[in-house]
Amino acid sequence: MSVRVRVPVLLRNLTGGQAEVTVDGATVGEVLAALEGRYPGVRERLYDEQGVLRRFVNVYLNDKDIRTLEGEATPVADGDEVAIVPAIAGGS
Amino acid sequence: MFPFSEEEIVRYSRHIILQEVGGVGQRKLKDARVLVVGAGGLGSPAAFYLAAAGIGTLGIVDDDVVDLSNLQRQILHRTEDVGKPKVDSAHRALTALNPGVRVVTYRERLSAANVMDLIRDYDVIVDGVDNFSTRYLLNDACVMAGKPLVDAGILRWDGMLMTIRPGEGPCYRCVFPEPPPAGVIPSCQEAGVIGAIAGVMGTLQALEAIKLILGVGETLSGRLLLFDALEGRFRQVNAAQDPDCPVCGDHPTITELIEYDLACELPETGAAAGPTERKNPS
Repeated sequence: MSVRVRVPVLLRNLTGGQAEVTVDGATVGEVLAALEGRYPGVRERLYDEQGVLRRFVNVYLNDKDIRTLEGEATPVADGDEVAIVPAIAGGS
Repeated sequence: MFPFSEEEIVRYSRHIILQEVGGVGQRKLKDARVLVVGAGGLGSPAAFYLAAAGIGTLGIVDDDVVDLSNLQRQILHRTEDVGKPKVDSAHRALTALNPGVRVVTYRERLSAANVMDLIRDYDVIVDGVDNFSTRYLLNDACVMAGKPLVDAGILRWDGMLMTIRPGEGPCYRCVFPEPPPAGVIPSCQEAGVIGAIAGVMGTLQALEAIKLILGVGETLSGRLLLFDALEGRFRQVNAAQDPDCPVCGDHPTITELIEYDLACELPETGAAAGPTERKNPS
């Protein structure tokens, strides 16, 4: 499955500035693993030491939080969009 | 019958002719009390538009003084205000724009000790704070007090916004259960922020507050609005109420206000910091 991944500004230093990249995978977890394969360093930013997705980084499949779906096991289809959205606190 | 002066009828004429506002809605705005926490990048445009809209009472919370590096985006303040308390320059700017608005200033840093007292008398709270610790504190306090909160965050070229209606939709913790550890997500002074994105997101916050007061349209409750200024693209994702949310879920574990001790330091990979604007850790 070929999936578009929306990369937040904070991770774009790893993707050479690209805001959207296309990777393959059958589940959200595979898509994120494929992202790490192409852009090493992504995994460390998304997962904690226990291999769990960090709680201040949300992953959305077609605008639905994967926590409300099947998490990283959520299957993806061709043309789906995965968005990575970290919390940001700036305001001043 | 019509509780407005001639001057007010002219001033608000573009509102009053709107079907969704009218004289009744303008009166709601006049009777409303809105608290803007932070007189910075987001708080500046939010407070300006709320004052211009004729919000009757506008509270401004900020303990900081104006720094030259603020002026690239914090449009409440002028060059001659550098070194002065932000609440003072905010009061001057807002009163000059609309003398009919009662501007109440609080030169305080939001804390677990004062937040409940600060929000008690207000109908809507606008979050223009610059750090995770205060953002979570304000979320938790508004959930506990049942106050609607319009939250927004900005960093570099990114903005996000969600409206929190306690009991009716998700809170900030439903979406982001816990703040990141210190140093993982940089702040604006560490990573930079394009000034005008503060204008976009702060203005959207004013709009949300106005819609909440008027009771019109659909607020961004249950939706997280994301703005990527580099791409020129708005998008939104669903935000659902989490039954396991530690503060607004079915069995809350956070029943007292907490202040996270999150230092500002970034690891060595962080962008260069602007030394003139570094604040004390909260």
